[in-house]
Amino acid sequence: MGFEHKDLLGTRDLSAIEIRSLLESAESFKEIAERPLKKVPALRGKTVVNLFFEPSTRTRTSFEIAAKRLSADAVNMSASTSSVVKGESLLDTVDNIQAMAPDIIVVRHKFVGAAHMIAERVGARVVNAGDGANEHPTQALLDLLTISEHKRLGPGLTVAIIGDIAHSRVARSNIWALTTLGVTVRVCAPPTMLPRELEKIPGLVVCERPEEALAGVDVVMMLRIQLERQDRLLFPSIRDYARIFGLNRQRLDLAAADAIVMHPGPINRGVEITSEVADGSRAVILNQVSNGVALRMAVLFLLGGQSYE
Amino acid sequence: MSSNNSSLLLKNVSLIDAGQNRDEKNLDILLQAGKVAEIAPAISFAADQVIDLDGAWVMPGAIDLHVHLREPGFEYKETILSGARAAVAGGFTSIACMANTRPVNDSAAVTRFILEQAAVAPAKVLPIAAISKGMAGEELVEMGDLSAAGAVAFSDDGKTVANSKLLRHALEYASLFNKPLLCHCQDNALFADGVIHEGMISAAHGLPGIPTLAEDIDIARSIMLAEYLKVPIHICHLSTAEGVRLVRSAKARGVKVTAEATPHHLFLDERAVIDLACGEVLDDSLKPEQLRYNTVTKMSPPLRSVVDVRALREALADGTIDAIATDHAPHETTEKAVEYELAPFGVIGLETAVALGLRLIKEKVLTPLELTARLSLAPAEILGLDDRGSLAVGMAADLMIVDPELEWTVDPEKFYSKARNTPFAGWRMPGRVVKTIVDGKVVFNL
Amino acid sequence: MSQTEENSVCSAQDVEQILKRIAFEIVERNLALEKVVLVGILTRGVSLARRLQKIIGETANRDLPLGVLDITLYRDDLSSATHHPVVRKTEIPFSLDGVTVILVDDVLYTGRTVRAALDSLIDFGRPQSIQLAVLVDRGCRELPIAADFVGVSVPASAQDRVMVRVEESDGFDKITVMPRDSTSGE
Repeated sequence: MGFEHKDLLGTRDLSAIEIRSLLESAESFKEIAERPLKKVPALRGKTVVNLFFEPSTRTRTSFEIAAKRLSADAVNMSASTSSVVKGESLLDTVDNIQAMAPDIIVVRHKFVGAAHMIAERVGARVVNAGDGANEHPTQALLDLLTISEHKRLGPGLTVAIIGDIAHSRVARSNIWALTTLGVTVRVCAPPTMLPRELEKIPGLVVCERPEEALAGVDVVMMLRIQLERQDRLLFPSIRDYARIFGLNRQRLDLAAADAIVMHPGPINRGVEITSEVADGSRAVILNQVSNGVALRMAVLFLLGGQSYE
Repeated sequence: MSSNNSSLLLKNVSLIDAGQNRDEKNLDILLQAGKVAEIAPAISFAADQVIDLDGAWVMPGAIDLHVHLREPGFEYKETILSGARAAVAGGFTSIACMANTRPVNDSAAVTRFILEQAAVAPAKVLPIAAISKGMAGEELVEMGDLSAAGAVAFSDDGKTVANSKLLRHALEYASLFNKPLLCHCQDNALFADGVIHEGMISAAHGLPGIPTLAEDIDIARSIMLAEYLKVPIHICHLSTAEGVRLVRSAKARGVKVTAEATPHHLFLDERAVIDLACGEVLDDSLKPEQLRYNTVTKMSPPLRSVVDVRALREALADGTIDAIATDHAPHETTEKAVEYELAPFGVIGLETAVALGLRLIKEKVLTPLELTARLSLAPAEILGLDDRGSLAVGMAADLMIVDPELEWTVDPEKFYSKARNTPFAGWRMPGRVVKTIVDGKVVFNL
Repeated sequence: MSQTEENSVCSAQDVEQILKRIAFEIVERNLALEKVVLVGILTRGVSLARRLQKIIGETANRDLPLGVLDITLYRDDLSSATHHPVVRKTEIPFSLDGVTVILVDDVLYTGRTVRAALDSLIDFGRPQSIQLAVLVDRGCRELPIAADFVGVSVPASAQDRVMVRVEESDGFDKITVMPRDSTSGE
């Protein structure tokens, strides 16, 4: 099926065929979650190290469950318990892990390019579970998997991504994956959180106001606002942000009648999205979470199922 | 450096010297007692040593306005000796070293220490003192004492003097000693936590951006101060098209502003951050393993857009940019082998700058004469060094001999510098410095 | 696809006859048809199971539940596979506890596919029994596995390739033997 990469570092590097075959494969893995015995022996004897330099219970748990359902041995390493705090460099840490011969390393890191750096260094196959504001490919792919359950994923579809675009790896990975499939992507953020050069990306429409971004849109993707950014002069107050950019029912009414609402979690209720919308019938936020496991199983199987030549 | 009486006769030379406006073949040059003694088509003199150059170029030794030698304090990165060796291997005969050592060069004692260490170095080392004590931007250094000790200029390079009143007084006070201020222009608040140019690449890859604005605002402020006070000012490592425009229009108004550009800003743009090869056909065996997010593309100011690079090249050609300076910033390999956002800023340049200058000639950006103006004549004038920068009779016999046809490939492992952090590993160079002479003595021989 | 050196073993009519016979044998051996389910192994095993379901429905007036099994995740040669195998969806929308499973595949060869299928079925529940129906048994077993219902036995060497083509996937029914070098799908 032609996945020509040693690692999964970003959706930027994936072709439309690769994205579609990954989604198709993930579709098959969904069924395993419905079995009484939710485990297949595909990755028996393989070791998956979840190397998390940044705390993330959700993503780490999702990868861990995915690995375990494939019968791989999943080991979690978090930065707080590793030697990073003792002044060891990233490459030292990675060399140590490599010496224990893992098959797959799943990396989450605060800084851009950390997964790429590790991938260059080790023979193990690397999955980027988020590097700074750069990429979070499995999140984007699970978002696409969720969209595909409701919509035809391709030209003609319009997705609005609203929130802190500048600092969001989820936004970036979604932008690359969606535009590669020919989907029209609208992005909307306060000007302080919107890189000025984004409008040069083909297939991307930059909207000033959420009303403009939401008009007739098929999918609404709200981003988590990091509350601490307020300290960095990016927005005056949470109240002001919620007032102008938060998704409430009135705003959602501007979208297509059958539009779905997504959020990568965790939600700040009442900030970027009201509870009414988040818990409403059009929200598919929990489907995203379930799909996350299936998608990550597909990715781990793809990378761990065979050796890379 | 020496008052020797030995003589060296260079036969069959192509002399390229902007100071004399000469680009002539078939000359002989006699160096005597550390100075240029005679230039003529055929000199018959029983010199102590005769070298037949077979038509190779002789150019004034390059003078670098901007290097970091790391000594005292960071000798693991570079020392005055290793930096000076790198300099002469790259054709530089004088190098001005920035003050951000530990301790900072903000007192005559540190300046004297640098000059003592430099006594055995093959290149002439010119200490630049800090503008403010500890480069903290609060109190002026003792400029009189430092000038007397041998400081050639003042700079808080790496930082900016944010306090405009302090910068004003520094400019005023330094003019007493005819010492220039070299300004690293940067608005710290706008620079913030940026690591690469704010542009297409930062937007697409989520790396914190440094807007051109952060540089331009401070260039404007510096120029306005110099214009108001009617004193000279020098802008370090110009990197933006707007900065070029500001300098150009200031010059047109008669402001005494000069500017430098680094080879990396003239050859690389922001795309190098995600592809170090950047269209260049790199030698396979020397090519760095990591082409994306390689920290040898991280420096301040950052690699800018293609538009900025084009503007810099035009400005270099028309003289808006007076000088090429390397901003040679050595770091230990492990210091750079970290996450991009954590890596220190800076790249080395002493051993590649002249070769890249030769590429600028090949790429028709500069004529050979203009290259010597940017590498030697202008830097000497900016620092007020009247004994060098040109090879007119009576000047110091500081020169480089260049084989313009000797192709080579940059191999950081062969550098004389202690550091390896160059973005040019694996690049093909069209010509090379084969000998460097300081005060009439051969200090580098390929 | 090379048509040269292809040796036709069974034609379309033959295949239809064979399936009818297998269906008959299944009914004959499993008197309690209400406890019998069919599970086809993707891809051609599913087509064959579906036909058996139809024949049994017509002749014995009984609609047997039909499951679809993808054995990729249970293969024992995953790490040596050169091209990445595609995982397809397993669909067994009924309980396997206490039932008789008729596992259906096109060709029985080394027995490794059946081994994987057995492991997979057992993860789904505890059937009363599992019986194996194959269209072709070509011999050369590597595991101690035998079929309960065999359409046709084609003694072939490891150098031969035995191919089953079915209308659903290939447009026509045919069983052929040819030298392994000939390029073709399985």
